[in-house]
Order: sequence, then C-alpha cells, then structure tokens
Amino acid sequence: MNNFQYARATDVADAIRLLAADPGAKLIAGGTNLIDLMKENVERPTRLIDISRLPLRKVEETPDGSLRIGALVPNSDLAYHPLIEQRYPLLASAILAGASAQLRNMASVGGNLMQRTRCAYFYDTATPCNKRHPGSGCSAMDGLNRNHAILGTSAACIATNPSDMSVALAALDALVHIAGPSGERTIALTDFHRLPGDKPHVDTNLGTGEIITAIELPPRGFAQNYSYLKIRDRMSYAFALVSVAAALELEGNAIGGARVALGGVAHKPWRSLEAEAALRGQAATPDHFSHAADLLLQGATTRSHNGFKVELARRAIVRTLTQAANATPQSQAHKKIA
Amino acid sequence: MGDVTHQISERIPIHLVVNGVSHTLDLVPWTTLLDALRDHLALSGTKKGCDHGQCGACTVLVDGRRVNSCLTLAVMKDGAEITTVEGLAKDGALHPLQQAFIDHDAFQCGYCTPGQICSAAGLLVEGHAHDADEIRELMSGNLCRCGAYPNIVAAIQQAMGQP
Repeated sequence: MNNFQYARATDVADAIRLLAADPGAKLIAGGTNLIDLMKENVERPTRLIDISRLPLRKVEETPDGSLRIGALVPNSDLAYHPLIEQRYPLLASAILAGASAQLRNMASVGGNLMQRTRCAYFYDTATPCNKRHPGSGCSAMDGLNRNHAILGTSAACIATNPSDMSVALAALDALVHIAGPSGERTIALTDFHRLPGDKPHVDTNLGTGEIITAIELPPRGFAQNYSYLKIRDRMSYAFALVSVAAALELEGNAIGGARVALGGVAHKPWRSLEAEAALRGQAATPDHFSHAADLLLQGATTRSHNGFKVELARRAIVRTLTQAANATPQSQAHKKIA
Repeated sequence: MGDVTHQISERIPIHLVVNGVSHTLDLVPWTTLLDALRDHLALSGTKKGCDHGQCGACTVLVDGRRVNSCLTLAVMKDGAEITTVEGLAKDGALHPLQQAFIDHDAFQCGYCTPGQICSAAGLLVEGHAHDADEIRELMSGNLCRCGAYPNIVAAIQQAMGQP
C-alpha cells in the first residue's frame, strides 16, 4: 500500500471540496474494495477522504411512497431492514448473495456502487490492462476469460461488474442521488455505470468531485413475484458467473409488468427493455420466458473460455422467471431450486 | 519504492478500546486494524491469512460487528471498541463458542480458529442464522483449509443452544 494523506470529512460539502481539490484523492467509507486494490498497488490515492462518519445512514420513506437509502447504510443493515425485507425482498436477496457477512457489515451501499468493475488482470500489475493503464492492451481478450463479459463488450475491455446489489437495483429502477461542486442531481441506476467502450478505465458517470448521497427505490417493489438466482463456482462467497434478478407483476397467469436484470455478463447490470416489453401481456410460461432470454442475450459475443455463459444465462433467466412467477424465490441460505 | 512525492510520515493519534482496555496509538494512516492489533498492541491472536478479506482469519468485532480487520484502516476506527479472540473469555471461563470448538474438535491446524470464533460470535449477535444451512451461508467468509467445516457448524449449533 502506498503512503497517503488522511482527512476526515466534516460534512458532505467538505467531502466535495476535498475531493475536487485533489485529483489523486479518493473517498473511503467501508474500504472493502479500495483497500484491497491499494494493497495490490492498483489504486494509489494521494489522499483518502474518510466519509464514514457523515450522517448518510438513514432509510426513510418519502411522501410519494419511495424509499430513500443513505449512501452510508451498511449492506447488511439494508438487507435486513424491515422495509427492504417487506417491500423490496429482491434487493435483500441480492445483497445477501454478495460477498461475506463481514464484508456486508463493512461495505456501504454507495461504496457497493463504486466498487471497480474488474477482472484478475486488472489486479495483476505485471500484465497489460486498459482499465488499469489505458492503452496498454487487454490481457483477458486472449487470456483466461472464463469469467468475462458476453454483452456490451468492447475491443478494449471484457471485465464484469461483480455487484449483486446493483443488479437488483437495476431491476427495481432505482435512482442515484449525487452531490457535487455544481449542486445536486439524480440519475437512474442503469445510467450510473458505463459500458467499457474505448474508456474502460472510467467505470461510472460520476463527475469530478461528485459523491453519492443516497439511493432511491420507487414504490413498485415486486414483493410478491421475484427471485434472485446467482450461479457461481462455489456455493457461497464467489462472484457470479451469471446472476439474474427477476420481478413480475401478475394478473392471473398473465404478466402485467416484468423486470429482468443480469449480473456477471457485462461491464454493468444488463437489462433489455425489449425483452421486458415482450413479456407484458403474455402468459407466465417457460416459452415466453425463453423468448425473453433470447432478446436479453441478443448480440452476445464470446471469447475462448466464456462461451458457456450464453446457454447458462438463457437457462438461468428461464429458471429465475419461473421462480418469480411461482412465488418460490431463490433462498440465498438454503440454495434450494424450486 | 513508493512515489516520493507522496511520502507522508505524519502519525495520527487514535484511541481504541481493545478487549475493555483503553489504548492511545500514534499510527501512520495506512496501518490496518489487523497490523495495529498484532504489531502495536502485541495481540497476535488475530491472524493474518490472505490479507485481502478472502479468508476471514483476521475477523474481529468492531463495536460488536464482525469485520475483516485486514481491510480496515485503524485510523478510521478511532474511538471504537474492538473485541479480539483474546477478549472473549470472561473471568477465566471460556466463551461458550471457545468451549464448543473444543468439544467438537472444530479445528485441525488452528490458524483460522480465532477468526472463525470471532465471526461466529458476530453471527450469534446478528441473530439471522437459525439452522445449519444458514450457519454455513453466514460463515462463508471464513475459510478452513483443513476442512473442519462440519465440526465448526456443530460447534456453533451447540453455542446457539441447538441439539
């Protein structure tokens, strides 16, 4: 780990000022990804701005029925919050599918969004990586790319975003509240992360000196028919090869509304409005789920080791939508498939 | 060698209550809580395994919550109460988890054990594990390369008062 200056922000404005003043500075809250990357010399901040004591820890209902979640609420506190368990169980399930109990206790929800989209070559400073060192090349392209992206890739980067929480937030149409030197703004979670394009070193659309202050969940929580299915190389505490967040509104056996977001397959949570539109008005049957999977996976491109992800994702989508329709969501503790 | 333009030697005074004992330490900001405990307070019960949050050997309780001390900067925990494996026994009596690990032979080499026990102590306080499956899931941040998992789960069940 490099040496750095340490500053404790006194309020959000102070954090913004400190962050905007030093291009080498980084915010730290839980630190679970940043400290790890610093230990590998991938991140080398000149200054860490400690925001962990800022008053951004509330979960509040808003007058319009939304839920506003402070950026510093720990992942575990959010997953077990009664309002999340009752109204947004898809989000609770996705959070509990991620990391370990210790890391969930440490990590903030804002920090979860800010964790780097990454792969093993990003961590390996002995190898080229366009994300770590722009223009140096991508070692994954013709290297070990079994875990890598199949959708939204570019010639520069095929890394995946490992967040489970973000996949559920994408499906729930969450909003991200941001404060910065020029004031406050709100953007959709689905617009928060970027596809790699020719700038894979830029993971998000946050501007200079900007800080996440809250996540907002709209009233529709899909609490009856949802499931988060995570497929990985071991039963717990591993990144997804493919994950699926599915949420349905059913009218009898007909689909009134549908949301599907994929994790482990792209540089950001992956949604297809076309696939969701195709489900609306249809019967909740495997045929229709399969058609939606085709639409979601349209344009998938694979490398030498990750071709299996296309069929895995297709089957996972059908299975997760079936679980959602049957109101038999995937349990992250019991791993039962129904 | 580090970047010489950012060599900062400033030490920051911090206050920690570790296992009920107050300490004031002057630490450079890149000192992890794990290194503060082991190297500055000579509490070597907390183990450094992977040093990247992947194995759980460094698990301690910070203000009652289990965390990976290897990914925690000590300076950020100024004022916190820390419990390590050395602080679990009370008045000469082992913590119920320590006794349960002995009763169930829940270790082989023992290197992961302090982290396993501190993690299990956090698990009990959290109250979200009700059966063996949930224990396994919520203990997945603690690896045991000897493979003592069945006995670790049994020990935790004993401490939870389960048959």
